[in-house]
Amino acid sequence: MTDQTSGADLLTTADGKSLKSSLNRALRRQKIRALMLIAPLLLFILISFIAPIFDMLLRSVENQIVPDTIPRTIEALEEWDADTGEAPSEEVFAAFYTDLAIAEEYKTHTRLGSRLNYEKTGISSMFRSTGRRVGRFDTDAYTDGFTDADAAFADPAQWAAWMADDAVRASLPLTTDAYDAWALLTVEENNDIPAEEDPADFVYTALYRDLMNGNTAAAMPAVDVSAWEPVVISEQFIDANDGWADPEVWATIKTYGGTYTSGYFLNSVDLQLTPDGVETRPEDERIYITLFIRTIVLSILITGSCILLGYPIAYLLANLPLRSANVLMILVLLPFWTSLLVRTSAWKVLLQNQGVINDILVWIGIVADDNRLELINNATGTIIAMTHILLPFMILPLYSVMKTINPSYVRAAKSMGATDWTAFWRVYFPNSIPGIGAGSILVFILAIGYYITPELVGGTKGVFISNRIAYHISSSLNWGLAAALGSILLVLVLALYWLYDRLVGIDNVKLGG
Amino acid sequence: MAASATDKAFVEFERVQKSYDGETLVVKDLNLTMPKGEFLTMLGPSGSGKTTCLMMLAGFETATHGDIRIGGTSINNIPPHKRGIGMVFQNYALFPHMTVAENLAFPLEVRKIGKSEREEKVKRALDMVQMGQFGGRRPAQLSGGQQQRIALARALVFQPELVLMDEPLGALDKQLREHMQFEITRLAHELGITTVYVTHDQTEALTMSDRVAVFNDGRIQQLAPPDKLYEAPENSFVAQFIGENNTLTGKVETLSGERCTVRLDSGELIDARAVNVSAVGDRTKVSIRPERVEINKDRLSPDAHTLKAEVLEFIYMGDIFRTRLRVAGTDEFVIKTRNAPDQVRLERGQQIEIGWLAEDCHALDA
Ligand SMILES: Nc1ncnc2c1ncn2[C@@H]1O[C@H](COP(=O)(O)OP(=O)(O)OP(=O)(O)O)[C@@H](O)[C@H]1O
Ligand SMILES: [Mg+2]
Repeated sequence: MTDQTSGADLLTTADGKSLKSSLNRALRRQKIRALMLIAPLLLFILISFIAPIFDMLLRSVENQIVPDTIPRTIEALEEWDADTGEAPSEEVFAAFYTDLAIAEEYKTHTRLGSRLNYEKTGISSMFRSTGRRVGRFDTDAYTDGFTDADAAFADPAQWAAWMADDAVRASLPLTTDAYDAWALLTVEENNDIPAEEDPADFVYTALYRDLMNGNTAAAMPAVDVSAWEPVVISEQFIDANDGWADPEVWATIKTYGGTYTSGYFLNSVDLQLTPDGVETRPEDERIYITLFIRTIVLSILITGSCILLGYPIAYLLANLPLRSANVLMILVLLPFWTSLLVRTSAWKVLLQNQGVINDILVWIGIVADDNRLELINNATGTIIAMTHILLPFMILPLYSVMKTINPSYVRAAKSMGATDWTAFWRVYFPNSIPGIGAGSILVFILAIGYYITPELVGGTKGVFISNRIAYHISSSLNWGLAAALGSILLVLVLALYWLYDRLVGIDNVKLGG
Repeated sequence: MAASATDKAFVEFERVQKSYDGETLVVKDLNLTMPKGEFLTMLGPSGSGKTTCLMMLAGFETATHGDIRIGGTSINNIPPHKRGIGMVFQNYALFPHMTVAENLAFPLEVRKIGKSEREEKVKRALDMVQMGQFGGRRPAQLSGGQQQRIALARALVFQPELVLMDEPLGALDKQLREHMQFEITRLAHELGITTVYVTHDQTEALTMSDRVAVFNDGRIQQLAPPDKLYEAPENSFVAQFIGENNTLTGKVETLSGERCTVRLDSGELIDARAVNVSAVGDRTKVSIRPERVEINKDRLSPDAHTLKAEVLEFIYMGDIFRTRLRVAGTDEFVIKTRNAPDQVRLERGQQIEIGWLAEDCHALDA
């Protein structure tokens, strides 16, 4: 009980606390309890749904692997102009040599190769073959040159000492960068101590380039490198794989050198990024737009046939006496009791050229034996099988909405002079539209992302975009493209949902009640 | 006005029977004749077959046996939409996806009435139920009473000669109910419509109707104007069902014409009017209205039989006093007395003597 102290405006509870604050406390406790109840679900959704979606969205634009693996090359390529039609300068090749030598140790060059291969075929094998060769480049001539000139260059401890000296580091930038990378590699990959290991060839090559650039360190013994026979690194590369002479390869590397890329998305809509900007892909590589359009058109057709077939059944269900309605309901739900795969395979048996349906049609004489209908491995097969599989998702919401339509509406209409058809069309049907809406959304969204059935009965002309996504996820391993395709699908669904909301109104969707 | 034969028997049920399951008869041998313009109420307990009768008349159920005629023609084979009957449903059945005006226009549209005439009629119908400015609203945006009026207007807008109403006021509160009762009767009489009205509220039936048909067990127990129904019930069901009533059981001792005496089971002898007894020795239920019981012996005839009674309870109700008595072995005998200046107020435990005029006490079937 609350007691109101006379004269005071504030309501207080029996123990003198403000009524408002104790009400708030009680409400907060309630909210926390409610939150705890849904916490497991929330956590589950967060971990298994929201997070993967974000990861997917990120994957579709992420390109970290290129700048991470060959940072020096990307930096050096900035100077290079792809329009010259010539391979980049020796400077770029030298940077690439350092990058590749390091990447080869980390074994990341093949992954980079696969990534760039999505944009230009052949790059993958270039990386692989060159990776095998990069350790045996002729740059060991520089190593020998230095160690011959002064024994100090052969002493790992001496190297460590030089590289700890700030004056040396400041005057020899390329060497410092290469040595640091090599030291890190030695520790991380080989579990060795840099001060006890001979530096790799690319460190000596960097030192050579520093000296050739006119940088010298006072702490090091002076070596006159200008007299040495230079090793042309670009030739070494071209020797390993002549693809490196192709400026287009370098243009691709330069174009896809950023941390983020729109490449996957452009690819998803049959475009590509070239140094000259966005262009359409060559005719024979355009598949995704067609697939998207096909997915949407077939999904609409499937939704339409589900409405046509489901409406009368739902009507029957809603208007039959309870007992017969229950039997019918079990029949409607029967497909749910068998596995999707089994049902789809059953359609294969029914629909194929020598299948049950064709046999019957031939037997009746509707089609000629040498002219059997193509019912499977094309869009027809996909539509038939998916309509069957998704039909319950149309019937159930329709049924639950129809169940709530008061039979006296139709009676009232008839008593006012409407024929059976008018009463249905003007009174019953408009009231069942929310069920059509709910069923359509359900069926359409399920259809647009369907995968197994089109895969099994769709052939090449009846597959959906999701089959392509599955291909990229599990076969080509181009997850970025799969993610981009998935994201576009998601946006498409949301856009259609929005359109639907504008046209029909989402309040008009009922799942019953 | 010279009434033709069909005007006198505008609606006719002849030996109508109805069974839903083929095992039990929901309506047993229904005979009913309604003249044109009559307001007839079907009154009865739940499940007594009232809605069934209405649905047969409207064409949504078919009679298992018998003939139903409207204006002299049998309607058994006329589909509902050709019967031209206005109907008000218990839950109003206003179309939720149409506005009020569209709802009203619907019966006119299906009759292919032109737009301007349609609008004119809709407007007139809305004004008739004082809902003129609500044409643009959806039914869900109206109160129960407003919906009710729209349902009424919709049933009347196409000027049917016969209107059926199935407990149209069931969902309304008492005040609105009384107001609507008045409006419905006013409209029905103004427009000269023949009305069949279903209710299980006896006050509604008594106040609104020209005649009341009391239903029970699939039969019409009594069909009579309200005053006759109340004052001269033909059997004990009607007596019990309509208004408050005291019942005593006994055996007929003497019987002479209209009059009889009844020996109650507790031994006393009382006077009664023989309504539904045929021979001396018949078991009977006698029924007396509480307000017809007299506690002042001076007002009774000297030879009238009286009963001893003990006051069990005295309730002050403002305009009347309600007293519960122990009479002839029953504790539920109620009398009502007017709160007049000279009226005595009985005390609990007081011993009194009661009696009545023989005409007010009906000896009915047992
Ligand atoms: N469609 C039906 N199928 C089977 N039995 C029915 C059906 N409709 C009504 N009945 C039965 O018929 C009997 C009479 O029903 P009806 O609806 O006519 O009663 P009512 O007098 O209108 O009652 P209430 O005052 O409760 O509306 C009831 O016993 C009911 O169970
Ligand atoms: Mg009823």
